[in-house]
Amino acid sequence: MNVGKPVQRVDAFDKATGRAQYTADLCPPDALVAKILHSTIANGKVTGFELEAALAVPGVVKILTCFDVPDRQFPTAGHPWSTDKKHQDIADRKLLNTRVRFYGDDIAAVIAVDELSADRALRLIKVTYDEQKPVFTPQDAMQPGATVLHPEKPDNVIVRSSYEIGNFDEAIRESGLIKVSGDYHTGQVQHCHIENALSYACIRDRKIVVVSSTQIPHIVRRVCTQALGCSFADIRIIKPYIGGGFGNKQDALTEPLNAWLTTQVGGRCVRLFYTREETFVCTRTRHAMDFHIESYLRPDGTLIARSVRAWSNQGAYASHAHALVANAINAFRMMYPVGAIKGEAYTVYTNLPTAGAMRAYGIPQIGFALESHMDDIAAQTGLDRIKLRKQNMMRLGYVDPVTTITCHSTGLEECIDKGRAFIGWDDKRNLYASQTGPVRRGLGMAIFCYKTGVYPISLETSACRMVLNQDGTIQLQMGATEIGQGADTVFSQMCADAVGVPFDSVRATSTQDTDITPYDTGAYASRQSYVSGMAVRKTGLALKAKILEYAAGMLDLPPDSLNLVDGWIVSSSGESLIALREVAMGACYSLKNSVHISAEETHHCTDNTYSFGVCFAEIEVDIPLCQIRVLNIVNVHDSGKIINPVTAEGQVHGGMSMGLGYGLLERLVFDPVTGRTLNNNLLDYKLMTAMDTPDLNALFVETDDPTGPFGNKALGEPPVIPVAPAIRNAMLDATGVAVDSIPLNPEHLFTEFRRAGLIAGGEN
Amino acid sequence: MYDFSAVYIPESLEQALRMKHDHPQARILAGGSDILIQVREGRLAGIEVISIQALDELRGVTLEDDGTVLIRPLTSFSHVSSDPVIRRCVPVLGEAVDQVGGPQIRNIGTIGGNICNGVTSADSAATLKALDAELEISSVGGTRRLPYAEFNLGAGKVDLKADEILTGIRIPRDSWENTFGHYIKYSQRRAMDIATLGCSANVRLSKNKRKIERFRLAFGVAAPVPIRAFSAEAVANGSLISSELIENIAQAALKDVNPRSSWRASKEFRQHLIAELTRRATRAAIEKAGGTL
Repeated sequence: MNVGKPVQRVDAFDKATGRAQYTADLCPPDALVAKILHSTIANGKVTGFELEAALAVPGVVKILTCFDVPDRQFPTAGHPWSTDKKHQDIADRKLLNTRVRFYGDDIAAVIAVDELSADRALRLIKVTYDEQKPVFTPQDAMQPGATVLHPEKPDNVIVRSSYEIGNFDEAIRESGLIKVSGDYHTGQVQHCHIENALSYACIRDRKIVVVSSTQIPHIVRRVCTQALGCSFADIRIIKPYIGGGFGNKQDALTEPLNAWLTTQVGGRCVRLFYTREETFVCTRTRHAMDFHIESYLRPDGTLIARSVRAWSNQGAYASHAHALVANAINAFRMMYPVGAIKGEAYTVYTNLPTAGAMRAYGIPQIGFALESHMDDIAAQTGLDRIKLRKQNMMRLGYVDPVTTITCHSTGLEECIDKGRAFIGWDDKRNLYASQTGPVRRGLGMAIFCYKTGVYPISLETSACRMVLNQDGTIQLQMGATEIGQGADTVFSQMCADAVGVPFDSVRATSTQDTDITPYDTGAYASRQSYVSGMAVRKTGLALKAKILEYAAGMLDLPPDSLNLVDGWIVSSSGESLIALREVAMGACYSLKNSVHISAEETHHCTDNTYSFGVCFAEIEVDIPLCQIRVLNIVNVHDSGKIINPVTAEGQVHGGMSMGLGYGLLERLVFDPVTGRTLNNNLLDYKLMTAMDTPDLNALFVETDDPTGPFGNKALGEPPVIPVAPAIRNAMLDATGVAVDSIPLNPEHLFTEFRRAGLIAGGEN
Repeated sequence: MYDFSAVYIPESLEQALRMKHDHPQARILAGGSDILIQVREGRLAGIEVISIQALDELRGVTLEDDGTVLIRPLTSFSHVSSDPVIRRCVPVLGEAVDQVGGPQIRNIGTIGGNICNGVTSADSAATLKALDAELEISSVGGTRRLPYAEFNLGAGKVDLKADEILTGIRIPRDSWENTFGHYIKYSQRRAMDIATLGCSANVRLSKNKRKIERFRLAFGVAAPVPIRAFSAEAVANGSLISSELIENIAQAALKDVNPRSSWRASKEFRQHLIAELTRRATRAAIEKAGGTL
C-alpha cells in the first residue's frame, strides 16, 4: 500500500532545482506586453481618454479602452456552471469597464513591445471621469439613496438569505436562560500567493490559447467563452505549475481580457502579468464580514437557542458573491447543532476591491466570530471553555437539516483531548490564573467543522484517465490541479494502490490542458483528494480490470481468478503468475491481439462529509508594547485517513501560518475618502515572516470515513480556520480583554488596552 | 528592466564627483534598495543615475589615529554589523543596522544611502544622531564637514547640494569611549519591516556607576526627520540613577518629539511608544554600562 505512507513529493526534485516550469518561464520572449490602466476613482463613470501622447511612445502597439470592448457582461467565479438560471453566477463585469466601481478598476489596456514602453504610455494617458460618492461598508451601501453599483441590484444587496431550525422565539421563552450577545468583525485580507496573477495568450490552430496560473483551467475556459462570445472549441487553456492560489485563482482573473487582447493584435502572443500591487487590488480578497450573535443557554451550559446575522462586504463585483457568507452561517448551525437556531445573511456591493474565494471560504470569518463568542459565554458565565464546547458540538450521525450533509465520522473529541494534553492546558491554566504584571501569559483554543467539497450546493464531478505504457508503467492524467498542495503526489499514491502497481510506476501529468486533460472543476473546497480521489480509484479499478482481462487471455485463465498486486498478476491463492511488464508489452505489440490499454472514468459525487479540528495556543502579551508573542501552538485535525503524513503536515503548517497572520497582523487598509488601497505591497501588508512564526505543531486523529475513497476527508483549507480565534481567546485569558475584531495588531491592542484601563489614556 | 534615461559608471571617486558636477540632475545609485523601488513605482522613472557601487574607496570602516570611527558611505549594513571596529567601539550601531529589512537588503543596502534618503524611519539614523556623528561631504570644489544633527532639512530632504556626494560618516572618540548604547526598533514584524518607532539611547556613567554623566537619546519616526531628544538628555545628565529618573526622562522625551498620525500608526500610539521605548532603551543602556536599577 502506498496510501498512508510519507512518500516524497513527485515534483520535489523539479521544484527544488528550478527545473519546474511556470507560466512566466514558458512565455515566449518576444511576446507583446499588455499593461492595464486602473481607475483613480472608486465610483463613477469614465467619460473620455486622451491617448495621443501615450500612442506616440515608441514601442506602443495599440491602446484599447473600455469603449472598445464587446458590450457583454460575464461572470468570473470558479463554480461549476449551473444549468438552472436561478443558480448561475452573476454576470456583472465587462472586459474593461466604463462604469468604475472601485479604485483600481480596469479601464484601458496598453499593448507594447516591452514593459517599459507600456509603463511609459500608461503614465501619459489622461482620463476624465464623472465621479460619484463611494460607499465602503455594507451598512452604508444599504442606506436608501446610496449610490447604486449595478443596476441589476438597486439596493446593492446581491442576496439576502435566512434559515430557522426549530422555533427560536418559543425556545427563548424558557425561564432561567442566560443571554449572551456579541458583535464581531473580520477584516479584508489577501491570499499573497508567491506567484502573482498572470497569463499569456495567442492564436494557434484556430484557437485562442491561454497559458495561465489558475486553479481551475476548465472553468476558465468556460468563462472565456462567455466573455468573448465564442465556442468552447475556440478556447484552449493550459495550466503549468503554479506558485500558489489559495482560492484567488479559483476565479477567472487575467485570462478573459488576455484572450481578447490577442484577438486585437492579429493573434500575436500577448502577456498580461500582474504586479504584486495589482494582485493585491485587482484580483480577489477575503470578504470582510460583520456578525451579530445571540445565544441563550441554561446555567449548565446547554445551548437552547442561537442566532446569527451576518453582513458580507462583496466589494465591486460579485465573483463568488453570497456563497461565502451562506457557508458561514451554515457552519454556525453545524458546529453546535442543538436547540433552536436561526441565521440571516446579506452580501452587499461596495466600492472596494472585489472579494472572492479564499482558503476555507467564509469559515475563518464565522470561526473567529463563533469561537470568540463561545469564550465570551464561558467568561461571562464561569462555565469551562472546553466542557461548554464538548457539551454542544456536532456528534457522529448528525444530518444537517438544510443541506442533508451527514457526519459520517468524527474524531473531534479526541482532537480536543490530544491538543489539550499537548499544550499542557490543565497545569498552565492554574499557573496563569492570577497575573498582574505588564507581561502576561494565556491559553486559548477554538474548534471547527468543515465540509468536504461543495455537494449538494453545487455539482461535484471529476474525470481521470490512465494509460498503460508498454512496460507496465502508468500515465495518470487528471483534470484536477496541482497548485502546490501536493495533489499530483497523493493522486499517484491512490493510483498505485487502485491499480496494484509500485508507486514509482505512476507518472502524473502535472500540466492541465483543456484540449487534452479530462474534465475536473479544479482545486478548491478541499475537494480533490475526496472527489477527484474517487475518480482515481474508479479509473484505477477499471484499468486493473482491463489489464486482468488481457492477462487472463494470455494465461488462459478466467479474469476473476486473477489480481494485480505490486506490478504482478497473481492467482487467487496469491501466487505470482506473470509480471505486469510482460502483459503490457504483449498487449501493445502482440501480432494477434494488439490492445492499447487505457481507462477513463467520471465520478459524479453525490455525498459529502465533515472534517474537524482544533487549535490550542499559548501566548505572551507585552501590554505596554501592545505585542503578542505566540509561545506554543498546535493544530489537531481529523481529516479521516491521512494519504501522506508529510504533505499533510505541510498543509497544516501553511494553514496555521495563514491563520496567525489573519489573527495578528494582516489587513488591507483603504483611504477613507478615496477608497484607494494604501498597503498593496509586501512591506506595508504585514504577512508573517519566518522570524514572526513560532514552531508549528501539527497532529492528527485518524478516523476512517466510510464515504472517502481511501477513508479521507478535507484537509487543504481547514488548518487556517481555528488559529485566529484561539489566539484571541488566549488574549482574553491572559488579560481579561475580549477583542471582537481582528487582526490583533499593535495599534488595535493599544486602543483596546486603553479602553480596558491597562494602559493609561493619553500621555501628557 | 528599469526606466533610466542614462547610467553613468565612474571608476574613481574623482570621476564620480566630476560626473555629479556635469550631471547635477543625476541621482547617486549606491545599493539601489531605495532608488530602484522608486524607479519601478514610476516616481523616479526616466531618471539619470551615477552608479557608484564599484567604488571600493568609498567602502569600509577604519579607526583613525584620533580615535574617530570613520565609516565610508558605501559600507553595506551587513558589513557594518560584522565589522570589528564597529563591534568594539560602537556595537549599538551594528545592532541597529542589523534590524534593517532582511539579509539580502542588508547585503546590498548601504549606510550612506540610508541617511542620504533623509527618511525618518532609517534604522541607522537615530543611532548616528545619538552618537553625534559628523559627515564628510565632497564635490569637485573640495570637502566640507557637517554635523549630522544639521543634515536633515525636512522629510526626505538633506543638505546635499546638486554636485555633492557623501563621502564619510565620522563618529568621534568622545561619542563612543566609555559609552554604552541600546537601540530598539519597534515594528509590527521582527524582520522585513519599517520602524513604527526607532529609539537609540547611550550613556556614560560615573565611576561608581550610580550617576549618569552623559545621556544621549534620539528617535526615528518621532518627527518628520530623525531627532535628538535634548530635554530628556538634560533631565538625565548628572542625575542619580533611579526608577523615578527613568520615568522623568520618558516624560521629558515627549516634549522633544512631534509624531504625526498616519494610516500606519496614530500620533497617540507613537507617543505611548516614545515613552515606553525610552524607558526600555535607557534601562538597557544603563545595564550595559554596568549600572543597576
